[in-house]
Amino acid sequence: MQREFVEAPVRGVLKWIDRRLPVITWAYNELVVYPAPKNLNYWWNFGSLAGIMLTIQIVTGIVLVMHYTPHVDMAFDSVEGYIMRDVNWGWLIRYLHANGASMFFALVYIHIFRGMYYGSYKEPRELLWILGVLILVVMMATAFMGYVLPWGNMSYWAATVITNLFSAIPLVGETIVTWLWGGFTVDNPTLQRFFSLHYLLPFVIFALVFLHILALHQVGSNNPLGIDLTKKDKIPFHPYYTIKDMFGLGVFLLVYGYFVFFAPTAFIEPVNFEPANPLQTPPHIVPEWYFLPFYAILRAITFDILFIPAKLGGVIAMFASIFVLFLLPWLDTSPVRSARFRPIYRQFFWILVLDVLVLGYIGGQPPEGWYVTVGQIATAYYFLHFLVILPLLGKLERPLPLPSGLDEPVLGTAGTRAAK
Amino acid sequence: MAHTSSREGSGETTRRDFLELVSWSTLAVGTAVGLWPFVDSLNPSKEVLALASTEVDLEPIEPGQRVTVMWRGKPVFVAHRTPEEIEAARATPLDELRDPEPDEKRAPRPEWLVVIGICTHLGCVPVGQRSGEPRGDWGGWFCPCHGSHYDTAGRIRKGPAPLNLHLPPYTFVTDTLVRIG
Repeated sequence: MQREFVEAPVRGVLKWIDRRLPVITWAYNELVVYPAPKNLNYWWNFGSLAGIMLTIQIVTGIVLVMHYTPHVDMAFDSVEGYIMRDVNWGWLIRYLHANGASMFFALVYIHIFRGMYYGSYKEPRELLWILGVLILVVMMATAFMGYVLPWGNMSYWAATVITNLFSAIPLVGETIVTWLWGGFTVDNPTLQRFFSLHYLLPFVIFALVFLHILALHQVGSNNPLGIDLTKKDKIPFHPYYTIKDMFGLGVFLLVYGYFVFFAPTAFIEPVNFEPANPLQTPPHIVPEWYFLPFYAILRAITFDILFIPAKLGGVIAMFASIFVLFLLPWLDTSPVRSARFRPIYRQFFWILVLDVLVLGYIGGQPPEGWYVTVGQIATAYYFLHFLVILPLLGKLERPLPLPSGLDEPVLGTAGTRAAK
Repeated sequence: MAHTSSREGSGETTRRDFLELVSWSTLAVGTAVGLWPFVDSLNPSKEVLALASTEVDLEPIEPGQRVTVMWRGKPVFVAHRTPEEIEAARATPLDELRDPEPDEKRAPRPEWLVVIGICTHLGCVPVGQRSGEPRGDWGGWFCPCHGSHYDTAGRIRKGPAPLNLHLPPYTFVTDTLVRIG
């Protein structure tokens, strides 16, 4: 499948440039003429919203760096004292950035579940999906390191616990952790390298987003019916989806603005308003909400599995819970994309959503009593969904008849693809 | 490429094969050598490595009391154990332990236990140093992060941690002065 490119309708100097460096033609084709399915619903707003959120994070982040001091003796004060109180608008920029991280994850998680519901990862969009999972992985690393920078006590202990995950690696684990820290505990060298990487990784995400869009525009957007659409069922991206995305952006900014202006510390643990203290682990240590399901999976493995000790088992399970997503295009064996035509998958989809919410709840609770048991059941179900239910369902489920195009469900014609 | 088809087909090792092998190996070694300074620069610097040793005066520590001192940026727990705590640690059969180690080895002077106060699971500082803090099911320490229980010899008894609390290198300078490091 080869995309057709239209030359940008420009004259004069712009034309002169475009002939030598076709950036205008490129932007014109990607952002104006790109033929998008005409039946996209509002769940398709979240990709562009996530892109805008990334831009806001980069812009606010660049400004914050101009006022922040990456040193263990000064980092906390430079954030909570200097930026929050003395820098003009520092409070606004900092709260935009801190809450922006939560918003970014919320948007991306909805975007991912959208892809799961409508089967957007299936042939020919496997690479598009894989690039998306890669973006998620780099986002997680970036968010984690950003969380460490204010050097509050939860920052410090989050850094300690997460870097210690690598100590579970047999033989070389301790050496790797010392190397990550640049010392024998999380300390100034750790803070400075996290600062460096936290500045670098967003640009890596930006490059991955670029590839994500390139792959999307190569194969075309999926749509709520999950069927392949012809040219007559598509409309140009501009003005139809630019205006729809702008409307969605307005709604999203209301939510974002609510948190920034009316509940700016809703996502910040109270413990993080105390400076880092290497001698005092907070009694109840929890990650940010967007890591809670994975944290629950990490803590669910409290027993040795054959020769794998519990600690390593937990770390493997946690990483596996993300990496299983890379395999999703091949684990789901059904050729039908959209859950609209997969009555049984649709139910399992919502059970998975519920399961992830349960994991998120358990991840925020202390690791005691029945919380542990529920966490273990929810963890087992998470892997069961991807590794057993999806492969079997593709073979056993009987999908509903698929329409052949967009006009058909509207006009109610009898012929369907399945019947042919 | 520059291979002659007749020689390639015959499976004979040529001078060119040798040159290619040497070139690629040189490139690989050169790249590794060139990368090493960047990788190694992330390891602890000389300043961090310059070990400090810490001396602890044991005189004011009452039986049953536990104090925390800093060594290499890490908390070290010094516990003045009561006869009951020593008895509990020594009476434990080794086959009940996940990381079997006799108490005699961990505390050569039974009334003094010196351990690094970092949970061997994911590095939190266990609680139990101050009176009133939870000490876990075995009266030692309890890690609030992920629920590991340690006994009065700092040995792992329950929870996700794989190993006993580590022992720092230390010597008794006098009966009431211990040097850690």
